[in-house]
Amino acid sequence: MGAPKIVSDASFADDVLMSDKPVIVDFWAEWCGPCKMIAPILEEIAAENEGIVIAKLNVDENPQTAASYGITSIPTMNVYSGGQVVKTIIGAKPKAALLADLAEYL
Amino acid sequence: MSDVKNVIIIGSGPAGYTAAVYAARAQLDPVIFEGSVTAGGALMNTTEVENYPGFADGIMGPQLMEEMRKQAERFGAQLITDDVTSVDLTGDIKTVTDGSGNTHQARSVILAMGSGYRELGLENEKRLSGHGVSWCATCDGFFFREQEIAVVGGGDTAAEEATFLTRFASKVYLIHRRDELRASKVMAERVLNNEKIEPVWNSQVVDVLGEDRVSGIVIEDTITGDRRELPVTGLFIAIGHDPRSELLTGQIDTDDDGYVLVDAPSTRTNQTGVFACGDLVDHVYRQAITAAGTGCSAALDAERFLADQDG
Repeated sequence: MGAPKIVSDASFADDVLMSDKPVIVDFWAEWCGPCKMIAPILEEIAAENEGIVIAKLNVDENPQTAASYGITSIPTMNVYSGGQVVKTIIGAKPKAALLADLAEYL
Repeated sequence: MSDVKNVIIIGSGPAGYTAAVYAARAQLDPVIFEGSVTAGGALMNTTEVENYPGFADGIMGPQLMEEMRKQAERFGAQLITDDVTSVDLTGDIKTVTDGSGNTHQARSVILAMGSGYRELGLENEKRLSGHGVSWCATCDGFFFREQEIAVVGGGDTAAEEATFLTRFASKVYLIHRRDELRASKVMAERVLNNEKIEPVWNSQVVDVLGEDRVSGIVIEDTITGDRRELPVTGLFIAIGHDPRSELLTGQIDTDDDGYVLVDAPSTRTNQTGVFACGDLVDHVYRQAITAAGTGCSAALDAERFLADQDG
């Protein structure tokens, strides 16, 4: 699986909504300290799990998608399955807590 | 016994990293638990730090922490980006268990876990957390462009957040339960001179409104008891901090508020070989520079303690 996939307003429908695997989208920005903390944890989860796609969306560069999903706090990690949001995780968490939240999709 | 370290440092704000720099330079090969998502400590959520000596033009909080981290690493401190989930500090050999379930042992421990933000304690505050209720202006302010929002609190953090949020919001109510700010003069003046900030004195937040996201708050006048609604879309909470001392209960003496008690001016706690520094101890000054200062003291105290044991 490897590295997280970079997605944008333009590619969101194809890369996330149409994906045949569940996708975790990490809404993040350069200026967000906790986002930097969570990034390496998500990279590890991406490398360790074949069944799920981890994607990153920069909210500065892609405000439309963030606004349409009502994001008001980052990091927010939405899990998309079949084009729908099936889970929302808000705020940076330790890896073990994040894995527990994501267990049913991994 | 070869696995028993000289010193384990728990926490990675200015106190923890400074302790690591000093302990590493003293060739104690310190191990520092930075926390998995709290590495860098409270300054990671700040913007410009203008009062840390040596930076005439100010420095960004996260950058200051990155520099301290690098400095600790340069002298050989072993940095572990994990949380500590339990400690046994009572014996000659201290045991620390991390978030991955591994145990680590050391002859001395430096406690530098700092403090965490305080909550209002309202039912709807939790439910709407991340949906308009926030504790981090620098993380979330961006999402409130041209909106009316509220900050609650009267200290430096509240003043700083209110000022920062005027970059985005059309209006910021600053709600404080007294009739003047506790914040430093510079910060308070900046708030009071900002046209976009409207102070709401003698008031407290008693409810947060909204189904899926915040649509308003209810505030109560602390003198008259009158209640009214403010139609804000965001509520930033900056009402203070509580020390992160839960792990220490039953082993390390604290005051009634949970701050670790030390044998001042040293950093010794009630347990031999255990030292404490930074905001975990200090509810008076609470500055980056004072945390760094006591972090240094803790490393020197640990170094002396280990030397006496070996002597």
